[in-house]
Amino acid sequence: MSRLGTMLEQAGAILLAVIWISPLLFAFWAAFHTSSDAVSFNLLSPWTLDNFRTAWEGAPWLRYFLNTFLLVTIVLIGQFFFTTLAGFAFAKMDFPAKDFVFILVLMQLFILPEVLIVENYAMVSRLGLFDSLFGVGMPYMASAFGIFLMRQSFKSVPIELHEAARIEGCSLLGILWRVYVPLAKPTYLAYALVSVSTHWNNFLWPLIVTNSPDTRPLTVGLSIFGAPENGVDISVISAATMMSVAPLLVAFLLFQRQFVQAFLRAGIK
Amino acid sequence: MNKRVNLERRRQAIYGWLLLSPAAVMLSIFAFYPSAATFWSSLFSRGTRRRPSEFIALENYSDLFADPTFWVVVKNNLLYAAVTIPVSIVIALAMALWANSKIPARGFVRTAYFTPTVLPMIAAANLWLFFYTPGLGVLDQIGGLFGLPSINWLGQPQTALWAVIIVTIWKEAGFFMIFYLAALQTIPEDLKEASDIEGASRWTYTRRIVLPLLMPTTLFIMVNATINSVKLIDHLFILTKGGPSDASKLILYYIWEMAFAFFDAPHAAAMTILVLGVLCIVAAVQLFFIDRRTHYQ
Amino acid sequence: MKHLKGIGLSVVMSAGMALPAAAETELTMYYPIAVGGALTQVVDSIVADFEAENPDIKVNAVYSGNYDDTRVRALSALNSGDPAQLAVMFSIDAYDLIEQDLILPFEALTDDADWLNSFYPALMANGRIEGQTWGIPFQRSTIVAYYNKEQFAAAGLDPEAPPTTWDEIISMGKALTNDDTYGLMIPSTGYPYWMFQALAIQNGKEVMSNDGLTTYFDDETVVETLEFWKSLSAEHGIMPTGTVEWGTLRQAFLEGQTAMMWHSTGNLRAVKDNASFDFGVAELPANVRKGSPTGGGNFYVFKDTTDEERAAALKLIEFMTSPEQAAAWSIATGYMGVSPAAYETDALKEYTAAFPPALVARNQLENAVAEFSTFETARVRDGLNNAIQAALTDSKSAEDALGEAQAAAERLLKAYR
Repeated sequence: MSRLGTMLEQAGAILLAVIWISPLLFAFWAAFHTSSDAVSFNLLSPWTLDNFRTAWEGAPWLRYFLNTFLLVTIVLIGQFFFTTLAGFAFAKMDFPAKDFVFILVLMQLFILPEVLIVENYAMVSRLGLFDSLFGVGMPYMASAFGIFLMRQSFKSVPIELHEAARIEGCSLLGILWRVYVPLAKPTYLAYALVSVSTHWNNFLWPLIVTNSPDTRPLTVGLSIFGAPENGVDISVISAATMMSVAPLLVAFLLFQRQFVQAFLRAGIK
Repeated sequence: MNKRVNLERRRQAIYGWLLLSPAAVMLSIFAFYPSAATFWSSLFSRGTRRRPSEFIALENYSDLFADPTFWVVVKNNLLYAAVTIPVSIVIALAMALWANSKIPARGFVRTAYFTPTVLPMIAAANLWLFFYTPGLGVLDQIGGLFGLPSINWLGQPQTALWAVIIVTIWKEAGFFMIFYLAALQTIPEDLKEASDIEGASRWTYTRRIVLPLLMPTTLFIMVNATINSVKLIDHLFILTKGGPSDASKLILYYIWEMAFAFFDAPHAAAMTILVLGVLCIVAAVQLFFIDRRTHYQ
Repeated sequence: MKHLKGIGLSVVMSAGMALPAAAETELTMYYPIAVGGALTQVVDSIVADFEAENPDIKVNAVYSGNYDDTRVRALSALNSGDPAQLAVMFSIDAYDLIEQDLILPFEALTDDADWLNSFYPALMANGRIEGQTWGIPFQRSTIVAYYNKEQFAAAGLDPEAPPTTWDEIISMGKALTNDDTYGLMIPSTGYPYWMFQALAIQNGKEVMSNDGLTTYFDDETVVETLEFWKSLSAEHGIMPTGTVEWGTLRQAFLEGQTAMMWHSTGNLRAVKDNASFDFGVAELPANVRKGSPTGGGNFYVFKDTTDEERAAALKLIEFMTSPEQAAAWSIATGYMGVSPAAYETDALKEYTAAFPPALVARNQLENAVAEFSTFETARVRDGLNNAIQAALTDSKSAEDALGEAQAAAERLLKAYR
């Protein structure tokens, strides 16, 4: 390809990157300026921390952070538990109707908790889990996607290792714990990254299930904060948005190489 | 000998079921039972003070089919899926190819592409709300520099859905890019060298070698994108609430509205069943394709 | 041994803490603050004052977002077995709440007819259904016209004389409109039906009947009203074409993009605190008559409550709507004082003397009508909203759009007659 072509292409890539990041840049800009300055793009206007102060006082953000953190942790632990067991069953055990059941599981990929929102929310209430972090997390724990990944990952473990451990006298669960789980670490990591970022940003289901600041995650808190009846103040909302995305953003910036590596090694092809 | 084999097989089956049971219980509670319950409740009328709920079989469904809003919403969602899925996949692929190549500022580019993923959709929607504001918003201000008239992106039926589509693509492409990036990095260098030796152009190399090898990833991403085209409606709450005149209303939002704003659970249930039905068919088709076309190395 | 002691101690302590709670009545109240998050502190302090006066009642006041969010919240709580006892919800949700058998009429809670009559009648209109009172006003508003006095002066108009008739809107609007500014913006997203109601009343016609059973969308006068709204942008050019966004309108006004805006009086505080120019607040203009719908939220008490909870809830409501508290709320937010007595308190007297715009909404009550509310209110309203937006964005003619909305409304309301 010609020099010019290459350069144009590179310019295109960079232009796209700039476009892609512009809303975030705008939020950053607006968060540190007053509303009027923000929309008029007066580059020399003074920077201010007032918006952050207003936003901070306007809602219990620390509580929201804690809730979100607890939520993604609970969900992840639950997912590890359920998907490991089920994935192992599908990968290495033989039992009647195995394929049929696996198809049922795959169908869950499409039976989303959000789509079944009315019934699921009745179910959660029935179980007494309304307005609790468990109530928010439980529908996601037996994740079909996770089961699929674990099955994939466990399938690729050579049978010799399994046999060797069995000969050594390990119980089935012992074999699972000692042989399969460590070998599947990259998959766990990749899955964890997907799960955390999905559930950190989950909105509709927590909106329905949480009813108080004690359980409300960041997304719901942000939406309540940002959707008042009488109009939005872009600078304050930008400040609130910046506050709530900062942890994930910083984490990604610091760990992006590991992030991509994890996907790579998990063999999600 | 036979007896021992049978015993072993039975043990395996029991263990298998035992291992499976926790997940099976969860899936039953939160996926299969609610689906059945939703279907059941869609067969009854809405209970009110004057007229308690009664069995009306498929009348809720015929109500839906007679409801013009329902068809508008279905059309919206189909258009929405038909645009967001391919466009975000193509952009994700381009981004991955670029982020994987030797361009300057590669780290910045890759980060820039991925940042939308890190934001919750609600936050992203707030940002785009101001981008789209006529007059004050960034898009109109930039347009103003070029002498373009102010457009009310979110306030006109013609542009509202497209504005929402753009936000979705912006949000999703970076996420899909990561999958492509990972897959690209598993393509051995010697394939590229071989094609260079053969004198193939970069475009041919991409088309003939890279794309087929990426097919499993593409199909995987397509499944994800399809699910998201139904599931991801958070931005509607901030941007348009489905308006103007239902121009940007998507089906899950309509279901939510039906159940929680109109207090009409049975019709919401009927819609849910219809959505599930379509999703199952789409799932079957896509998974069938994945099985058939996956080129495993 | 040490562990046992520690456990034993904590058990005793928690039992100790639990005991007084058993004698208390605990209330959970959901409320929307329609102006954003910071006012939760005002509510918290009102609640704290109440708890100080009533040591046997504990109140959890939970801020739950905007009106839609709060309704969803309250319903979720009711359906989940962990119900709230009372909530501040949209005044117009009343019909739906009654149909779903969720709320109590206040006649079941109190015999004090004087108290029920102590509020402004216009504010009680939405809550009086089938002869009973289902909602007590708390954060109520009307639409008012905010205008930029400096831009008026710059256009050669008298800054103390905002438009009082539709013709004046047009003539003054034209004088005020230039390349950077529009004359008037009336929001048509968010709550377009609310703005439309105001225009319809000013044109002499209510869009619905008082019993929630009939709508008049396709009435000649109503169609004419929508055509008038359309003409402000299409013909006279004083308003932007297409829809005007509710959420960003205040910002647009503060940026000087429009010389006049129609918005809720609930915005008053925010405009006052942020305007860099001299602004005024006026009653809406008249065509055939003056008028505005009321807006805002009422207190509702839920049916699923014990007698103690009901008594406690009533006490809380009486406290929060008492003249002093109503005055404090009004000053902090811009919502109206809900009773004439509120305006007689020293606090409000001083405030309104120093800041007359705070009285405009109250003065408009004379000509105010109930906010749009019928059975199946959300859907019927949706139809009207769509019709308004369709006409303003030129997708349908006013007549067609309203005709469709009327047909849809008829279908829905037939079942209730």
